[in-house]
Amino acid sequence: MNSPAAIEVRDVRQEFRVSGGMFAAARHVVAVDGVSFSVPAGRVLGIVGESGCGKSTLARLILGLLAPTSGDALVYGQRLAALDRKARARLIQPVFQDPFSSLNPRQTIQEIVSLPLVAQGSFEAPEITRLTNEILDRVGIARAMATRLPAELSGGQRQRVAIARALIIKPKVVVCDEPTSALDVSVQAQILNLLAELRREFNLTYIFISHNLAVIEHVASTVAVMYLGRIVEMNETDVLFRSPRHPYTRALLDSVLTPEPDLGIPDVGLGDAVPDPSRIPAGCRFHPRCRMAVERCQREPPKPDLAAPDEMVECHLANQDNPFQLVGGQYAQG
Amino acid sequence: MSIAISLPPVRVRTFRVGNVGFWIGVAICSVVVLAAVVGNALVPHDPFAQNLNNRLVPPFWMEGSQPDHLLGTDQLGRDYLARLVYGARISLLIGITTMIVSGLIGTTLGILGGYFGGIVDDVVLFLITCRLSIPVVLVALAVVGLLGSSLTLVICTLGLLLWDRFAVVARSTTMQVRSLDYMNAAMCAGASTPRLLFREILPNIASHLAVVATLEIALAILFEATLSFLGLGVPAPLPSWGLMIAEGKDYMFFSSWVIMIPGVTLFIFVMGVNFVGDGLRSLLGAERPR
Repeated sequence: MNSPAAIEVRDVRQEFRVSGGMFAAARHVVAVDGVSFSVPAGRVLGIVGESGCGKSTLARLILGLLAPTSGDALVYGQRLAALDRKARARLIQPVFQDPFSSLNPRQTIQEIVSLPLVAQGSFEAPEITRLTNEILDRVGIARAMATRLPAELSGGQRQRVAIARALIIKPKVVVCDEPTSALDVSVQAQILNLLAELRREFNLTYIFISHNLAVIEHVASTVAVMYLGRIVEMNETDVLFRSPRHPYTRALLDSVLTPEPDLGIPDVGLGDAVPDPSRIPAGCRFHPRCRMAVERCQREPPKPDLAAPDEMVECHLANQDNPFQLVGGQYAQG
Repeated sequence: MSIAISLPPVRVRTFRVGNVGFWIGVAICSVVVLAAVVGNALVPHDPFAQNLNNRLVPPFWMEGSQPDHLLGTDQLGRDYLARLVYGARISLLIGITTMIVSGLIGTTLGILGGYFGGIVDDVVLFLITCRLSIPVVLVALAVVGLLGSSLTLVICTLGLLLWDRFAVVARSTTMQVRSLDYMNAAMCAGASTPRLLFREILPNIASHLAVVATLEIALAILFEATLSFLGLGVPAPLPSWGLMIAEGKDYMFFSSWVIMIPGVTLFIFVMGVNFVGDGLRSLLGAERPR
């Protein structure tokens, strides 16, 4: 890659110690297990995966809210872990899922939005007011609302306020952790469009976490699919949605509900078991739920197959002369 | 053609059951506070002036009462109403200062433990456990026995012993607030630790602390009464309610009002403070979004 990556994540790993009580041994939960990716400036990396796959932990790691057990995250070549809180705030900002818990209920909109500038300590009060008004105008919040409390705003307005707070300091990278999933469907599109406009305007790079495949397909330029703490497949959005290579990605894509009532709820053949990050299976971590699993999958964890820098899949079967194909929504051994 | 429009009924804030208790409590507390502040200017007698020729005069609803002494006089001929009103001042002073001292200690410990977690939290939990295993009355007795009784000492002793509820509530609410996304957002915004503690956490746990504070005032007043009754609270000429009960206990079979009047006053006031606390809890609880 010739242009430096806006954000690069190198082999980050996060273990949590779960206390088993006073006398029981502590267990280790590996929430994120060796994740690497890099996103060029101005692009959007979408991260999808089911609940508990570690995508929110990954977001918190990147934001510096958690110290990774190992690994690094770099923004424009600067290690985030080595920066102080002010310098880090200038590089990377979050937009969280629930705008009802991401705004302090005891502060006015003005106070909430200006916090990143105030925390820097180097801005004069008139400038803070000017920049706050500017960004509120930009995200479509009337100035009259600046003195209100969050409780007086609707969900969509609150999320606009949260976006204003993230962008007021002109960061390089914004981590959006399911920014629309707590909103009404009618408001989701507005927020997504606003995020897209702001990305072009401020030349931002997004990491966009969601479990909503339609949203990801709409906003992301590259998609990474996470399963039990690892990225199992990553590719350009249209390629990944057109020809998924990992069986888990296929299952995810098959699980999207259609408006056709006759089709019912799709059975994607993953079974009922919810994966447990404290007991990650040996071999390929997906093999207990995989329809295609062969004997080798139980023994040997697949190596990431890097066809291109932005194209990766972790599956023993992905490259074996195309052993399975998607036929009419069902898998068939080829 | 007619179009039926149905609007949801307008919600009028009326007195709910919880509110009634709150307002009764507010009324009781206002009366006591008013008595403590201006009462002695209105009552024509000096609470300390003795008149041994006019001892144990009964209050106005009993035979042999004197219009001059509405609530009668005590065993040394001091006007009981004047002493009761002056006692309100002592009880409030003890209740509020104890609440401030214990509130500062408990809130600080609780917020530190809840925010930093880990070893800090272990230390705070250990301190809370230690505090809970100390019998308050025994320690207060020992301190007063060693150092002699004075108003300041009672306040300090109670303040240093009654912070546990503040610490427990501050700690658990801080832990709740800490896990919310606006804390994460403020951290990502680069806010300093003091800013996080004072601007993000403290305003959001203040309502819970206010509830504890009212209950703590009531508790401190009761403890003071206990200590005074045991002869170890405020020293003798000062008319605290507990001391009045203690002084009257020798006469209670023939002049029962001498313990009834301060006893009932204490009961009503503590109940009023508790009503305010309960009311605050439901009012502030209802006010929170979601």
